[in-house]
Amino acid sequence: MRAIYILWLRELKRYSRSRAQIIASLGQPLLYLLALGFGLGPVFQQAGRGSYLQFVAPGVIGMSVLFSSIFSGIGLLWDRQFGFLKETLVAPVPRLHIMIGKTLGGATVSVIQGTMVLVICLLAGFRPSSVSTIPLAFAFMVLICIVFAALGTAIGSSLQNMQGFQLIMNFLVMPIYFLSGALFPLTNLPTALAVITRLDPLTYGIDGLRGALIGVSAFSAATDFAVLVSVAVAFTVLGAYRFSKIQV
Amino acid sequence: MIAVQNLVKTFGTVHAVNGVSFDVHAGEIFAFLGPNGAGKTTTIQMLTTLLTPTSGSVRIDGLDPRTHPYDVRRRFGIVFQDPSLDGELTAYENMDLHGVLYHVPRRTRVERIERLMTLFELWDRRAGLVKTFSGGMKRRLEIARGLLHTPKILFLDEPTLGLDPQSRNQLWTHVKYLNETEGVTVFLTTHYMDEAERVAHRIAIIDHGTIVARGTADELKQQTQTTSLEGAFLALTGATIRDESADAADQMRQVAKMWRR
Repeated sequence: MRAIYILWLRELKRYSRSRAQIIASLGQPLLYLLALGFGLGPVFQQAGRGSYLQFVAPGVIGMSVLFSSIFSGIGLLWDRQFGFLKETLVAPVPRLHIMIGKTLGGATVSVIQGTMVLVICLLAGFRPSSVSTIPLAFAFMVLICIVFAALGTAIGSSLQNMQGFQLIMNFLVMPIYFLSGALFPLTNLPTALAVITRLDPLTYGIDGLRGALIGVSAFSAATDFAVLVSVAVAFTVLGAYRFSKIQV
Repeated sequence: MIAVQNLVKTFGTVHAVNGVSFDVHAGEIFAFLGPNGAGKTTTIQMLTTLLTPTSGSVRIDGLDPRTHPYDVRRRFGIVFQDPSLDGELTAYENMDLHGVLYHVPRRTRVERIERLMTLFELWDRRAGLVKTFSGGMKRRLEIARGLLHTPKILFLDEPTLGLDPQSRNQLWTHVKYLNETEGVTVFLTTHYMDEAERVAHRIAIIDHGTIVARGTADELKQQTQTTSLEGAFLALTGATIRDESADAADQMRQVAKMWRR
């Protein structure tokens, strides 16, 4: 247990020390929020769907949480490159504990990141429909973080070097984001897209967030919750398995 | 302290280690020398639970690393060929994290961190981020860290690679001192023959996965009728240069070097 705690704490320390990175990581969500929120706003309004800023804000929060949690897992690659991973792998601690400590640390950092983006959204004019459902929004945020931090750990354990990173970025992370309903409503989609979006775990995370924050959702909160929990379990098992196979 | 019998490790068709046997006694400084690709690191990895042997037996303080990995890990400290510190943490935090991972109780941890960091002349820099440290300081910190949980054995895999003569000299002085005061058994590899001659009680020379000679530095010189350990080493392993193909670890080492600038 102490090992899990100290590795979790390490992630938080590293995060709090990388000020430049924190600011940089807020830039992208801000760009999406402002460019899309205000840029597509009039079109969305004319289509009779209300304010696009309101609609897209939960998607932007989901995006920042997705990116930061996946990257925290891929941070394993840095540990491998800078050698620190070996230090943990020869320690008299089960690998599962190391993996859990790292994943929880990454998830915690992502929740902090998501909270900062939520504040930015509020500053930009986003208004949640009710304050009472904000804890529910946080619950969904935590679930998204765990799902993708575990996926990140699985990927980070499997990659040998940084070359694979771009591949993961373009063929996994970006599609997960764009095909999740973060930017568009899930109703009246072409069949192919409708199927794909329903296979994307982030879809349920963002739907849950959107339901909690603005009261609009495609699925019920219970469905979103159940899907996310199952995927979180599956990815954690996968991450733990891949991590146990690392050779140094 | 370390007993190895007929140790074999094959990767596909390559015999990286091919029937190696040796004993290291408690309190001894044992040097394991050999050209690149001779099987030194592979042997260390098998001794330290990071690799499973294809066949043969290993006993670390009487325990089999395969069946008791955690007990074995608690008994040794290791300094890897590549740095393994977290540059984003301070020197003290690196030590403390290690202490927690090795279940060192808080009070002992605090005392021992101070003692070791003072000994290795790092106590004044304890609050500095490790990424700002010089190569020699990082090496010293790694050795101090490896000794934090009072291991019975200290593995040093080319610990002086890339260090200046001052740092190398200082590092071996500390290692000898700890060997004498704490009685820690040291198992080291190095490419600098003068270092091995200076610190090691006994030496084994490995080439192509098998041990070709063993004994004290003087015995090896007599055996080969040479005047220096370097001469003995070349007489035993030949003068041809070994070209190792770059594996994933080497490539990573290069990237790490690039990023460290």
